[in-house]
Amino acid sequence: MLSLSAVCAGYGSFQVLFGVSLDVPRGQAVGVIGPNGAGKTTLMRVISGLVPIRSGTVTLDGEPIDGLPAHRIVEQGIAHVPEHRRLFPRLSVEENLRIGAFIPRARRGFARQLDRVYGLFPRLKERRQQPAGTLSGGEQQMCAIGRALMSDPKLLLLDEPSAGLAPLVVSQVFELIRRIRGEGLTVLIVEQNVQQVLEVVDRAYLLEVGAVRLAGTADELKGNPFIRRSYMGL
Amino acid sequence: MDIFLVEAIINGILLGGVLALLALGLNLIFGVIDVVWIAYADIVMCGMYVIYFLYTQYDVPLLLACLAGIAGMAVFGVAVHLLIIAPVLNSAPINQLLSTGGLLFFLQSFATLLFGTDFRNIGVRLPVVEIASIYISFARLIAFAFGLIGAVALYLFLKRTYIGTAIRAVAQDRDIVGLVGIDQRRIYLATSAIGGALAGLAACLLVLQYDVHPFIGNTFGPVIFMICVLGGLGNMIGGFVASFIISQIIAIGGYYSSTELSYVLAFTLFIILMFVRPRGLFAR
Repeated sequence: MLSLSAVCAGYGSFQVLFGVSLDVPRGQAVGVIGPNGAGKTTLMRVISGLVPIRSGTVTLDGEPIDGLPAHRIVEQGIAHVPEHRRLFPRLSVEENLRIGAFIPRARRGFARQLDRVYGLFPRLKERRQQPAGTLSGGEQQMCAIGRALMSDPKLLLLDEPSAGLAPLVVSQVFELIRRIRGEGLTVLIVEQNVQQVLEVVDRAYLLEVGAVRLAGTADELKGNPFIRRSYMGL
Repeated sequence: MDIFLVEAIINGILLGGVLALLALGLNLIFGVIDVVWIAYADIVMCGMYVIYFLYTQYDVPLLLACLAGIAGMAVFGVAVHLLIIAPVLNSAPINQLLSTGGLLFFLQSFATLLFGTDFRNIGVRLPVVEIASIYISFARLIAFAFGLIGAVALYLFLKRTYIGTAIRAVAQDRDIVGLVGIDQRRIYLATSAIGGALAGLAACLLVLQYDVHPFIGNTFGPVIFMICVLGGLGNMIGGFVASFIISQIIAIGGYYSSTELSYVLAFTLFIILMFVRPRGLFAR
């Protein structure tokens, strides 16, 4: 469904991605792992149009989407849950969800989407009038995922969903990702938490200094001695 | 209590309504676009001229002239954004200040060139209302009422509509709004149109009370900035409350001394408060 081919990108004179190629097949969950500064977040920002690419191509269902501004990429069916969640802190939970359905297609199905998100996260319904900035970390992550789902995407990008959360909450977040996958959504997930992410994805890529170093199925990577030693501490 | 003091206090409250409207407009633009429209009060001046000429020279009914003034200033606001703000949006704040400051001199000089420095009055005489032997100008009552109506309408718009919610979202985290499908540039245009329309509404209310001349903006401009900074730049509720604090200082000060001295008093208190609370009275 999503395909990156030889993508180079960066900020100003600072290049971050050096010819990254990656495929996310429909209905699958794909993980991107790697150390800090490897370019994982930049990769996500390239896909969602926040960072322009310098060369290479990004296609969604065969159509090129590189060069489109971020708000047009949402309309193509890609929703990005950014690093650090980035909720609108002084908007209520429900307003955050409403703004998630800003694009015309999603606005029409607002009531249905809202039911779906409240079904996935009953906690958000209890707190719907509360400013999003007053939620706990785990609740904020649910709200951020909920906001992304409100645009009724084909592909969900998750950037470090477990960062800054207590271990118990991390398990809950991964459990939720499993449920979202179960609904047939395609997911691309960037994580530092290698052990847990390899439990929920079908395939994964190891990104190091802006290039793909390893790729394979989750089981292959779990068994790879380099990954086990460097990223799983085994 | 002295009846003239009561009158001064009431007039202070009535003045606060219009100032609040202008403070809302300026705060909205600052909060969303992160740019200060130094020439904001001069856009009000342009609106006053539009209404004045439509009404006195072209015999357009006053209400229609006012609506044209509001619509005209909304368009003007969009033009200001496209022609002056957009090219310097990503440059240093000082360049943005110089640009909108330049617009102030441009508008004042251009108005002087076109219309001269005559003081022009639309010549509408509204009655003075007497309530319990207190005299209140009807024009000020209207100004206060519409100032509040404008504020409530803005509040409901920001709270209840998709565009309004998007405007608040941009004010809170402009870098990621694209991820929820918001086109930042369109929100900036909408915000500029609303800011212009609020200046147009203020022009309608002020043209009933004041003569139009090219430098009328100088009467309100500095006070509005003082209000916005006092309330915390970008904080709409803070600006709203600060409008009534400042208008009371001006009104009561004017009662005990003169209008000129009351402005001195207001600015002195403002300077002192800035030392105590540099980020505004209602800083978060």
